[in-house]
Amino acid sequence: MNWGSWLLWGFVGTVVLTTLMAGSQRLGLSRMNLPYLLGTIFTPDRDRAKLVGVGVHFVNGWLFSLVYVAAFHAWGMSSWWLGALTGIVHASFVLAVGMPVLPGMHPRMANEQYGPTVVRQLEPPGFLGLHYGVRTPVSVLSSHAVFGAILGGFYPVG
Amino acid sequence: MTANPKIQDYAVIGSGRSAALVSRHGYIDWLCWPRFDSPSLFGRLLDLRAGGSWSIAPAEPAEVERRYIDATNVLRTRFRTGSGVVSLTDFMPAASEEEKRRMLWPEHELVRRVECELGEVEVRAHFDPRPDYGRAKVTLRDAGVLGVRIEMGARLITLRSDVKLAPAAAGGVSGTVRLKAGEAVAFSLTDAWEGPAVLPPLGDLILQKLALTVGWWQRWAARASYTGPYRDQVVRSALALKLLTYAPSGAMIAAPTTSLPERVGGDLNWDYRFCWLRDAAFTARALFGLGYREDAEAFVSWMLHATRLTRPELRVIYDVFGESNPAETELPHLRGYAGSSPVRVGNATRDQLQLDVYGEVVEAVTHFLRSGGELDRETQAMLRHFGGYVCRHWREPDNGIWEPRDKRQHYTHSRLLCWVALDRLLGMHRLGRLGGIPVEDFTKHRDEIRRDIEDRGWNPALESYTQVLGGNTLDATVLLLAFLGFDQASSPRMRLTFERIRGKLGGGPGLLYRYEQSFAGGEGAFALCSFWIADFLARGGGTPEEAHRAFAATAAYANDVGLFAEEIDPKTGDALGNFPQAFTHVGLINAALSLAERDERERHLVNGRQRTAPAAGGGEPRPEVHR
Repeated sequence: MNWGSWLLWGFVGTVVLTTLMAGSQRLGLSRMNLPYLLGTIFTPDRDRAKLVGVGVHFVNGWLFSLVYVAAFHAWGMSSWWLGALTGIVHASFVLAVGMPVLPGMHPRMANEQYGPTVVRQLEPPGFLGLHYGVRTPVSVLSSHAVFGAILGGFYPVG
Repeated sequence: MTANPKIQDYAVIGSGRSAALVSRHGYIDWLCWPRFDSPSLFGRLLDLRAGGSWSIAPAEPAEVERRYIDATNVLRTRFRTGSGVVSLTDFMPAASEEEKRRMLWPEHELVRRVECELGEVEVRAHFDPRPDYGRAKVTLRDAGVLGVRIEMGARLITLRSDVKLAPAAAGGVSGTVRLKAGEAVAFSLTDAWEGPAVLPPLGDLILQKLALTVGWWQRWAARASYTGPYRDQVVRSALALKLLTYAPSGAMIAAPTTSLPERVGGDLNWDYRFCWLRDAAFTARALFGLGYREDAEAFVSWMLHATRLTRPELRVIYDVFGESNPAETELPHLRGYAGSSPVRVGNATRDQLQLDVYGEVVEAVTHFLRSGGELDRETQAMLRHFGGYVCRHWREPDNGIWEPRDKRQHYTHSRLLCWVALDRLLGMHRLGRLGGIPVEDFTKHRDEIRRDIEDRGWNPALESYTQVLGGNTLDATVLLLAFLGFDQASSPRMRLTFERIRGKLGGGPGLLYRYEQSFAGGEGAFALCSFWIADFLARGGGTPEEAHRAFAATAAYANDVGLFAEEIDPKTGDALGNFPQAFTHVGLINAALSLAERDERERHLVNGRQRTAPAAGGGEPRPEVHR
């Protein structure tokens, strides 16, 4: 296990992933904002939530990259395409399983069974995050593929 | 039944995610699950044979009266027959999220309970669902105690009933039961999209759910802060708006139906199951004005969230999650309400340009700020971009608030709302709520727009503001010049405009057509604009007495349970267009609020005169307050 390399490329991968997803937002492809989603677990203040969320997001990035690195070691190899595939599997799981259950875990997120009570909460992302824009799955899949490709391409196994 | 009931013969029940229309004859003729804009499960409203419905009514002829249980959206229809009286209670269960967590709660449920109050009555039930607007081929399977079931992929629709149901010759299942005084039977229809489905038992649980639902609605209704003379109508309107709100996102749809005609037998049939940004400012005022702060903030929050994908450009309509609504298509297999075809789903307005929406959104945010809301940096940036967009585009022609599908024009109303956008943004900046705007640039454009409206929107020969700049046709939307603070309702120009509009667009006491084109199109008087008469008079365009008379005249066109469609036939008083219509109920609430403000001002005036009378012999009138 190369700890220094994991820390570096986990960080770089998370920076690129975050940048790509922020870019998707700016281009009007998706409303998905992971740091904001994470930050609002801790505070309802929008500006503060983004700040807190970025911190949590980077910790998550390192934790997830640890799983990627463990997988590379288990396979005895790493490459950009293996990392990208791992990223796609990871993103698919997040979209198909994580997004629908998120309202159950997030204290400030409405779920699709709410009603008629209305509270000013975050909209649920729905299956594949489609409620945040129909192109959200593309944005999430591609950014995670790039995240995995960076890890797989630069992390040395052995 | 062989003919469509009148539109006003329907009432609405709902859950904050979907709604059903119940006719006064005990038919549920419209239900879309899981969302307002989902394909219908019952669509008899749009085709008597192919649409599907669920009826529960006495087997013999009956006199009918109905009402909502006080301050709720629980409908009670009473049938008086030759042999007795039965009451039918229809509702979608409602409870707080805490209460829901205490028991397993179906994803979607509609409950119907029939109770015999007097004598002995035979009741017939016929359940004939036709999913996907009647296009889906489905099989009803009798699963014994588990109810009658329809399986559609992972989706399971289940009807549980105290009455034995058997296949009916006309399709679906039916059953009959003879009830004696004090006896009751219940039905529960549920829809599950993920397994295993929750199948709630009937019996006492139905009564518990009824009590929870009545309690929830009554608590919500009691929060309405309006205490004026029209509280019943205002609370009913608020309850109707609540039924049109999609609770998981806070969005408000225009109406829960599609293709109810603006002209019976005609083709003015549109899908209103989406959210129009043009409604934003008035909706925000109505909700904040009644003290429904949480609902109003959720609505504004949805609006700001929804518009993020397209900013700085705004679309005209969005779905409940802020996506662009589906493209417009026709359903040729449905005959349409009373033969009014085509039946349309989706809405082509999505491709139109309406410059007024910028002002609507900014004005809604203004109401949000007035109630104590705060803007984060991202929202401030978005508002600045809206202002920039308005500066670049206000000179362009657009499709206007009424969305005609012909050429774009320079609508006075669109210019007005561009002025509102810049004026309010400058106001926010002045109050320190919005930073970083190019004040000089915004001010220059705002003043140019004002001159444009004053010079070209006013027709001196006609002595009225007109529908388009440099035009000579009338449009009720120019009354909004007074509502939005561009001019005062008591100004000479606005009084003249009001007289011209009332003279030419008036449809009888309390009724107003929206524009001159209404006459050629054969549509009805526009209910929202009709409430603008009272609103305008209340804002200083007339005396309080005139305003109250106008309000009462328009409010009298509500149906027996207090609901309005989009339009009113001045000849018959019949409701026309999609039903119930949020914009009309918003108009009723805002007119009532304006009347209350006027009454309050008058009281201050009288008190002021009384206090100063011994010393000065009179009081100064208070300045006009524009909201």
